[in-house]
Amino acid sequence: MTNNADQTTPQSTPIVELVGVCKWYGEFSALYDINLSISNGEKVVICGPSGSGKSTLIRCINQLEVHQAGTITVSGREVKPEMKGIEHIRRDVGMVFQSFNLFPHLTVVDNLTLGPIRNLGMSKDDATKTAMEYLERVQIAEQADKFPVQLSGGQQQRVAIARALCMKPKLMLFDEPTSALDPEMISGVLDVMIELANDGMTMIVVTHEMGFARQVADRVVFMDNGEIVEIADPETFFNNPTTDRAQLFLSQLLSH
Amino acid sequence: MSDGKITNATNQTLRRRPTALFNVRHFVRAGSQVGLAMLVFIVLGWLIWRGALAMEYNWQWYRVQPFFYKSIDGEIIWGPLVRGLIQTLKLASISGVFAILIGFLVAIARMSSSIAGRIIATWYLEAIRNTPLLVQLFLFYFVLAPIFGMDRFWAGVLCLSFFEASFAAEIIRGGIQGVDKGQFEAGDAIGLKARDKFRFVVIPQALPLILPPLTGLLISLIKHSAIVSVIAVAELTTEGLNLISDTFMAFEVWFLVAGIYLALTISLSIIIGLFEKKLNSHRRTA
Repeated sequence: MTNNADQTTPQSTPIVELVGVCKWYGEFSALYDINLSISNGEKVVICGPSGSGKSTLIRCINQLEVHQAGTITVSGREVKPEMKGIEHIRRDVGMVFQSFNLFPHLTVVDNLTLGPIRNLGMSKDDATKTAMEYLERVQIAEQADKFPVQLSGGQQQRVAIARALCMKPKLMLFDEPTSALDPEMISGVLDVMIELANDGMTMIVVTHEMGFARQVADRVVFMDNGEIVEIADPETFFNNPTTDRAQLFLSQLLSH
Repeated sequence: MSDGKITNATNQTLRRRPTALFNVRHFVRAGSQVGLAMLVFIVLGWLIWRGALAMEYNWQWYRVQPFFYKSIDGEIIWGPLVRGLIQTLKLASISGVFAILIGFLVAIARMSSSIAGRIIATWYLEAIRNTPLLVQLFLFYFVLAPIFGMDRFWAGVLCLSFFEASFAAEIIRGGIQGVDKGQFEAGDAIGLKARDKFRFVVIPQALPLILPPLTGLLISLIKHSAIVSVIAVAELTTEGLNLISDTFMAFEVWFLVAGIYLALTISLSIIIGLFEKKLNSHRRTA
């Protein structure tokens, strides 16, 4: 997996392109001059200290947060704040949250079919069929008629992944998907993500799971204080980080 | 377990919870509390009765039955209290529906990105909540009703609707804002349009938060509806007033009227309570 990095980067057209993206919360600059281009099928892991803008960055891609300067392009279409038809872009961009954000009043299968029925205009039968396929894939098909509270954290997060996949996205965003999980639950979720990566999904993953990053990532993006400080393939990043900030970060991460 | 041997955790089915024994102390305690409450009511009732005796009030409970209905030649004719109750029900239910609709629109306007919507909603809320209901009723009846050609019933309905809607709006807004922000984001992330997001994700979750205070509002709406007696809409309180001026049975009539309002509001609480239980059923783990 790791030596793909050199082959994928240059030719293929980018599915996501960020040029000079800036974001402020009031006077606080949360993102500054972000330039990042991600090609089809690429897996990018974003890491960095807390508050460095990792989550904000991926949330700008599907406009859960609006940026104030620069351009963001998703599969050829520019996303702008308060644009009409943002839902057409969002259907191409699946997102998995740290806190799962399943709909607690709907059963697992209804969680999965809501988007396809309302956004893609699928019939209930077709949507249910697709939903069951994806639940099978994340190995919780037998829980389809339960409500989210009846599942463990790990199962909920796998449902959330399946929910995003049901929209048949071209790109998946993961916002610290394992940070809220008990240690025992993490590997099940990571397994699903690795399988997804092996199937060729384009993924942008904010995570502190360095083992996952080593195994799956084509590139690691290291952020600090709202800026991209370093981009490298995982081998280089973990063994020879160039910036002091990344060296410090990794030493703290690995010191225990 | 004891000498460091490796065992698995005991099977759940083997861990029986001991059945609670009948506890005499708890029983005596609860019984004496209920007894104390009864005593307070008995003393209160006795005081009223003594007071009425002292003013030589002439109780005439035997005369109240025709206030409810008369039977003439086997045909039942509803009395003034029942007719008043029906008018009160009509008044309160129409106003209740309007109040919730207007309240919902105002809540949405207040949270919207439209500046005009926010200004109008805020002015409306401040104007209605900071003037007395009685003054608003006179405005509706003496000023707006002639302009728009409304009769007294509809003047009353609209006045109550707009008054209660100002409180409903804040209750609904609070409920919607009480829904976890992550739910809005999850709705956005799977590409729901704003309308679908509200209909399928936000409102179903806001409803359990909105219902308890909204029940309180509907109950106060039923009680507030008594105020339209000042513009002589023939509802329960008006009929009560008329009966008293006809019969001078003030004690009996006011007790009856209060009892009818009480029965109405308590049944409403119970019905909404059941609905609430149904809405919350997904929270109970099997």
